Amino acid sequence: MPGNVRTPCALAVGVCQKDYYALHVFFDNIRENKTAIDILLEKWGTIVHDEQIKTYEQPNIRKVHTPWRYFFRPDRSLMPKSTTPDEDIVTHLVMKVNAEKNGALIFSSGKNLWVFKAAGWPEDVANFYRIEDYKGYLWLAHNRYPTNTSGWWGGAHPFNLLNWSVVHNGEITSYGTNRRYIESFGYKCTMYTDTEVVAYLVDLLVRKHGLSEKLAVRALAPPFWEEIDRMPPKEQELNRAIRLTYGPALMNGPFAICVANENALVGFTDRIKLRPLVSGESGDRLYISSEEAAIRTIDPDVENITMPKAGEPVIGRVYS
Amino acid sequence: MSIGSIPFKFKVSIDPDRCMSCGRCVENCSYGVFKKEGDDIRINSRNCVACHRCLAFCPRDAIDIEEKPNDYRSHPLWTREVREAIFNQAKTGKIILAGMGNAKPYPVIFDRLVLDACQVTNPSIDPLREPMELRTYIGKKPSSLKLKQLPDGEVELITKLTPNLQIETPIMIGHMSYGAISLNAQIALAKAVSRIGTFMGTGEGGLHESLYPYQKNMIVQVASGRFGVDINYLERGAAIEIKIGQGAKPGIGGHLPGEKVCADVSCTRMIPEGSDAISPAPHHDIYSIEDLKQLVRGLKEATEWKKPVFVKIAAVHNSAAIAAGIARSSADAVVIDGFRGGTGAAPRVFRDHVGIPVEAAVASVDAKLRQQGIRNEVSIIASGGIRESADVAKIICLGADAVYIGTSALVAMGCRVCGTCYQGNCAWGIATQKPELVRRLDPETNSVQVENLIHGWTLELAELMGAAGINSIESLRGNRDRLRGYMLDEGLMEVLDVKTVGA
Repeated sequence: MPGNVRTPCALAVGVCQKDYYALHVFFDNIRENKTAIDILLEKWGTIVHDEQIKTYEQPNIRKVHTPWRYFFRPDRSLMPKSTTPDEDIVTHLVMKVNAEKNGALIFSSGKNLWVFKAAGWPEDVANFYRIEDYKGYLWLAHNRYPTNTSGWWGGAHPFNLLNWSVVHNGEITSYGTNRRYIESFGYKCTMYTDTEVVAYLVDLLVRKHGLSEKLAVRALAPPFWEEIDRMPPKEQELNRAIRLTYGPALMNGPFAICVANENALVGFTDRIKLRPLVSGESGDRLYISSEEAAIRTIDPDVENITMPKAGEPVIGRVYS
Repeated sequence: MSIGSIPFKFKVSIDPDRCMSCGRCVENCSYGVFKKEGDDIRINSRNCVACHRCLAFCPRDAIDIEEKPNDYRSHPLWTREVREAIFNQAKTGKIILAGMGNAKPYPVIFDRLVLDACQVTNPSIDPLREPMELRTYIGKKPSSLKLKQLPDGEVELITKLTPNLQIETPIMIGHMSYGAISLNAQIALAKAVSRIGTFMGTGEGGLHESLYPYQKNMIVQVASGRFGVDINYLERGAAIEIKIGQGAKPGIGGHLPGEKVCADVSCTRMIPEGSDAISPAPHHDIYSIEDLKQLVRGLKEATEWKKPVFVKIAAVHNSAAIAAGIARSSADAVVIDGFRGGTGAAPRVFRDHVGIPVEAAVASVDAKLRQQGIRNEVSIIASGGIRESADVAKIICLGADAVYIGTSALVAMGCRVCGTCYQGNCAWGIATQKPELVRRLDPETNSVQVENLIHGWTLELAELMGAAGINSIESLRGNRDRLRGYMLDEGLMEVLDVKTVGA
């Protein structure tokens, strides 16, 4: 089970950490693999601080990787043509390191956002990182029954890129199409699993192409042509344009997905809802889960349990 | 003649116990195999091409046709075909003409690719219960959208979409001209596509008046001979296709003999009656990719940018780079015609030896366009050797948006793939202009057969998609993960970007 924690200005080391990208890296061997990453990061910016992520031995978890944390400031002047140079540098570094597979894997690359993951039972992984020591206002958690790939640390959810993190239940039958599409924009799928493609698609649609979260979901799980044909002309035109433009981004197969960034949490399912998804509210708190029971375990007083329609997103926004 | 006669290709025999001397075989055979003498029917097997017309219309199943009744001494290198081609050229000193598609026994890539289906971890989808979307748009798509957020929370679309062809199944009928095939055959195809909601090509033969009622389902072709092209023609089509090359004969033009240019053909082609219609090898106004762009844009300008323009090329070694050039020429679709594509007539040496299979060409074109970030600029239409719905599914997985079928549609009208289209004697009334033969083909019944074929394939495609857990054809397109290569070599699997079975 991985957890995804957002913590404002935690672990002060003389600077406010939320201004820097927190790169979480799994090293296979700290002596063999770390120097190369240090050199690479220094080429593209400044390592403001780095440290080993605190872990606590658990009887059922074999520590096959050493989790490490870098606070990193990209050097914008190195990406002169980009409108989002910081993000492009960090994306480039994540894709490069993960594609090279040289005993290092970046599994968290956001600001004010930390991903924790390992292979093991949920409670063991939580205890391994002492997750209760972290504070956050938006959490994603996931527990997986491994099928296509056996459980390995990098393959645990959430999959993260910049501030986008994704947890997913299901199997994306359109993965081959989605992967080839997203790779034509320079992303590289390296995790041996279909879920990572969702994080990259959301990054492309929202950050690079400027779609709202709602329209991004519309592109990933669009209405059927039959529905589009019945829409009023303007709406029809918009929906047709989305399907024509983003056909290769359409995700097929059974899935329930939660995607989050620092401002919003979005839950949605495939177009015929082959996987369950429920949401519930408690005061100003939103829960989204595959199972109502999971929400009730966390918050017995939850209200407004609803089941969204196929392809329709549940969007929670953070108001400060 | 010192070579003497060569063995029959086919031996025809009639079982006297079954034959009732009705003479239907005599009437039906357009090649002069049968002759009635009194109550007897005489047979001249040498003329037989195995078009099966006699067999199909014999009420008593009395006719037998045997292939290659006389053996040559077998030899792996000096095959029968090689020896007979040499005899032929020794006698004539000419280029050997042939019909239909590539007749060499090259391995068929389609037959070494297998499709995927869902089990347990993800459910297959039942097309009888759930919507299954095969709708396809052929044409240019934007790479991203420009939107404006309105104050009322609505979103306004700023990007204007260019015209696309909308089809409810990814199967269209390719270009077979009036001249190459009969008007009745064209009308049958036109009726079928207009009822299905798909499209067919006119070929380079102009658009005959009797096809005007179906013009909104016709793609008009502009080829190197420019036969039949005027503004009226361009405006009638739903789309315009520039033909650069053809899979059956890459790199060369076409030749419709003057005997086939009857009054009607001469009108639609806009050439004098009885004159040879020669399409040159290149377009004489296209000697570079820049010239192609001018023609594409010229045709668009002439039709007020209302119609998609396709460019058709033969699948050759460098197809991917050529297609990338076409994608940048303002064209809306590129048609890749593989080396198994059929033809009315082609030099045998071209038909059998020039070009590459459509499977490999489409795979490399799709990959190249994605690499260059211009896949949305053009649709990919695959043609040349699409025989069944599985071929359609496989070529879409390899990256095609849709297919053109040609031979399959002709077979649905009775064609037996005898390969002698170039003789103009087609007993089925398809590849002929002889009025007595053309009359044999009833456009209405044949249109139903073609419609049935496409409908049947469409149902099978929906089932294949459902089995793969996919309910929209966009998710099949370029989805090479759902294919596996069976006994394909490593180099080819790399080109196709597929894994081997078991991997």
